[in-house]
Amino acid sequence: MYAYDEIDRTLVNERVAEFRDQVKRRLSGELTEDEFKMLRLQNGVYLQLHAYMFRVAIPYGTLSSKQLRRLAHVARRYDRGYGHFTTRQNIQFNWIKLAELPDALADLAEVGIHAMQTSGNNTRNVTSDQWAGVAPGEIEDPRIWSEILRQYTTLHPEFSFLPRKFKFAITASAHDRAAIKVHDIGLRLLKNEAGETGFEVLVGGGLGRTPFIGKTIKPFVHGRDLLSYVEAIMRVYNQYGRRDNIYKARIKILVHELGVEKFAAEVEEEWQQMRDGALKLDEEVVEDIRSRFYYPTYEKLPHMPDELRKAAQDPKFEAWRTNSVFPHKAQGYAIVTISLKPVGGPPGDATADQMDALADLADKYSFGEIRVGHEQNLALPHVARRDLPELWKALDKIGLATPNVNLISDIIACPGLDYCSLANARSIPIAQELTRRFANHDTANLIGRLHINISGCINACGHHHVGHIGILGVEKNGEEVYQITIGGRADEKAELGTLIGPAVKFDEVADVIEDVVEAYLALRARPDELFVDTVKRLGVEPFRERVYATR
Amino acid sequence: MTSPLEQKKIKIAGPSIVTANRTWDGAVIYRTAGQGWSADLADAAIVRTSDEARALLAESVADDLGAIGAYIAPVEIGDGGKIEPGNLREQIRRSGVTIGLPANAIGLPVQA
Repeated sequence: MYAYDEIDRTLVNERVAEFRDQVKRRLSGELTEDEFKMLRLQNGVYLQLHAYMFRVAIPYGTLSSKQLRRLAHVARRYDRGYGHFTTRQNIQFNWIKLAELPDALADLAEVGIHAMQTSGNNTRNVTSDQWAGVAPGEIEDPRIWSEILRQYTTLHPEFSFLPRKFKFAITASAHDRAAIKVHDIGLRLLKNEAGETGFEVLVGGGLGRTPFIGKTIKPFVHGRDLLSYVEAIMRVYNQYGRRDNIYKARIKILVHELGVEKFAAEVEEEWQQMRDGALKLDEEVVEDIRSRFYYPTYEKLPHMPDELRKAAQDPKFEAWRTNSVFPHKAQGYAIVTISLKPVGGPPGDATADQMDALADLADKYSFGEIRVGHEQNLALPHVARRDLPELWKALDKIGLATPNVNLISDIIACPGLDYCSLANARSIPIAQELTRRFANHDTANLIGRLHINISGCINACGHHHVGHIGILGVEKNGEEVYQITIGGRADEKAELGTLIGPAVKFDEVADVIEDVVEAYLALRARPDELFVDTVKRLGVEPFRERVYATR
Repeated sequence: MTSPLEQKKIKIAGPSIVTANRTWDGAVIYRTAGQGWSADLADAAIVRTSDEARALLAESVADDLGAIGAYIAPVEIGDGGKIEPGNLREQIRRSGVTIGLPANAIGLPVQA
């Protein structure tokens, strides 16, 4: 956990007071909607189909139990008793009233939570690996650098009115859980030969209507130069980024149009002029930030305690453990991923009761800490393996022990047309039907790791381009139809999926996905060849043939 | 959502209404013939020509304090003059999400 200092607390409280005044002036008519819109967006307030939607930041996906309880309070007091965890380590409340928003923000501010820059054309919530600080083999905790970037970008005047929104993601592990290759700036933490910390810098990744995989523009930027190099990138973007066309305004378009070599050269030239200036990070500053992260004191515990050995006799527990429990850097401990994908439920949603109960479990079993991942699941990062059986029973009681993490029903989905004013088609009902189709745990296990991502429009909030199977809802002649792509992935081998054929109707989507999966089971070289690897080996044609031969 | 400016170019193809969201709470509302707003689609003023639609939209947009994001939406007039939404988006705005809320889906009580 990171401990905010007085500057942070003052900033957040001042922001609440400022927004309270802005809302008051809007409701009195002193501000028009045109004047107010940008102000509300900069505080995470959108207008959706039924109501305002309030997006709250969870920087680098780290929450304390106290903060999670406060999110539950906001869900219960100001909304309809639940929240929706997003693909960028935010939580959204769907039914909030503008008149009550300042009070909700004030309640959140008391525990150091805010909604600054969760919308608008500025730098957004800096995201990271949800296993940061606990993953075995991690080079260094990436949240230290995420926090430096958070402080640097928050309310930065030069980057508050960018051509478009701007997103950072950081990872420090070989396996990328932060999807850095589909972010405007992706940072992969490395050590150089001297053992010094630095970053491979990728630029121009992104999804939406024009998807691109990010490209490396510098293989190693020393940690002390991170801010100056990032600022050089932002300056080049600010100077050349298109402001005349919203669809061409993201940095990915600029990188594509300039070419990565030219873009990198522009950044380098800018950087050389400023690299030794005020943005050079002193080791003391980094150490100060590092010192404000506090870590649990782990006990010396056995890897295979008796409690776990005994519980392994229960097949239900084993089914959950196999898919939900992951290795930890400390012996005797585990990272536990908590699926927010119940069979028939909306992906990523948690009720206020569940949030409260999970906060209690975090206190009891995970040193009061919870993580949020981009797959719209939660995690308890410090669970003693001896406690796993008891934790599982407690999670099961609150509907949070679905044993489907990384399996076919662990679906990423945007809110879609049920909530979103931009959507053309519904996402959640498609996800719900698919979770029912693949509810049989043995079948899901047989299929193995397979990520389905669903978006209700081309803006791609459900990351359909990088789903092993991607589903994109579009509207055609007043009807919802869905395009299916396969072969995408969001990890260190990130790729965009390939369309398999014409769009299919709402009622046909689950049948088509079943056909794709059956084709995979028939075509895979061995039982452990993952779906994406089969698609990589064979291409989309066999899948296309299977789906469309009889349609 | 189509902006009011762009809607000046739009010609309606059938009976239409003007809808928006209420400023203070974001609730879905419909412009009435009495130059007010109602949360009930049944109270909406029906327009049948493009000129009528543009006029109703102009008066709706002028009420910046009461409503935001006003736009023209198609409706269908059923038996007995009952007004029904003309597309799925408007059906969802009128009737709510097409899914069970998460509390229902996992068997926990919904918080009011």
